[in-house]
Amino acid sequence: MSRLGELLDRGDELIITGEAPVIDGGTLADYEAKLQELAPWCDAMNATDNTAAHAHASNVAMAIAMQRVGVEPILQVVCRDKNRIAQQADIMGAALHGVENICCLTGDDVTAGDESEARRVFDLDGPQLIRLANSLKEGRYLSGRSVGTPPPLVIGAVENAGTHPLDYRAQRAAKKILAGARFLQLQICYHPDRLEGFVKALHENGFAEKCAILPSVVAVKGAGPLKFMHNSVPGIDVPADVISRVADAETPAEEAYQLVLEQCQHALSLPGVRGLHLTDFRKDGSMARLCNDLGIKPRTEREQHAHDRIVAV
Amino acid sequence: MGLISAIEHVIKKPIWDCKMCGQCVLHDTGMTCPMTCPKTLRNGPCGGVREDGHCEVKPEMRCVWVKAEERSRTLPLMPEAWREHFNNLRPPVDNRLKGDSSWKNAMSGRDKETPPGWTPEPEAPAAEVEVEA
Ligand code: SF4
Repeated sequence: MSRLGELLDRGDELIITGEAPVIDGGTLADYEAKLQELAPWCDAMNATDNTAAHAHASNVAMAIAMQRVGVEPILQVVCRDKNRIAQQADIMGAALHGVENICCLTGDDVTAGDESEARRVFDLDGPQLIRLANSLKEGRYLSGRSVGTPPPLVIGAVENAGTHPLDYRAQRAAKKILAGARFLQLQICYHPDRLEGFVKALHENGFAEKCAILPSVVAVKGAGPLKFMHNSVPGIDVPADVISRVADAETPAEEAYQLVLEQCQHALSLPGVRGLHLTDFRKDGSMARLCNDLGIKPRTEREQHAHDRIVAV
Repeated sequence: MGLISAIEHVIKKPIWDCKMCGQCVLHDTGMTCPMTCPKTLRNGPCGGVREDGHCEVKPEMRCVWVKAEERSRTLPLMPEAWREHFNNLRPPVDNRLKGDSSWKNAMSGRDKETPPGWTPEPEAPAAEVEVEA
């Protein structure tokens, strides 16, 4: 079983996932180098699926590449570019290479990308895709045809706790959990109160025990990327005081670091939160500093520690 | 298009901007047609809803699901069961039914048929998750 699957089964240890950088042209060695900043801290990393509707090396290809360089992948599957037949083929194809973790998303619209004239697909939606993955895990395609040996999939999803309808987002997350999501990577949220309300609702209703809630943080170097997210990424609202806090600071890069550190501390303090999903746009060694400041050990050390604990029991 | 489809279209197009998917779920979605969502999502809003409640794809339009969610709570005269069905997991669309009359398919039960590999929907979380406003 995947490391992520084991962690979910064990049920109490911290889980750190990361957003792997995308790659376009290049070699496996180039890709391996790109992964190094974040990989040592992560239990598994997302092989994204044409993120923000921009074409890149495919999710399946990146997931297989990750396996080959010793990083555990989470195959992200979105509904924008492919119909249900192709989605099933991708999941089964990746599983053939040992990729077990998958994360089901509706996906950004084509208008978010640089080829807005493309046809959007959305044959399925996010919750249906989770259910579809569950069928594959149980050994059959949507048609009912057997897949042969069922792949031991570890199925997850995403949710945005920070956007409208705010009071409904936890119910939507619950729907995904009931459909079979065992981990939930949240969209980055710059409203701590919204994140709190969302996690509280899931925790108090017993859903956080069934599913690992992983709030996202995005490490940036200054106010520019915050403004970009606010203005150009639908579903992300960055309050003006957060932007000015970084923009007007003496050293914006340091202030942006402090901001992300506080977001991590806040998220981890919430009962029901199992870990974090990290995205690094700084690429300046900040991930090591961040994990150090949070007292998070590299994956290998955490693995060793868990092993010792299990042996001791 | 058959006669029934034509009548259905004439009635439902002006009121709900009906897209004639042939498997109507209006009553479960706050009498708001999910096929008018640019992503044709049948199971709730995507993560791209804007801060003003408008659509990721069409910023000038209010998100179909923001509207649906609000109306599933506030529309008068709606049977309680319809409100409760809001959170049900709706199965993938059967694209063969496009253009057909959903009335006809509801009467024959054709609109309830799902692919053999689709597992029955899990229980809806509606009553279980209470969110403090
Ligand atoms: S914002 Fe609402 S209407 Fe627009 S694509 Fe997302 S769910 Fe559909």
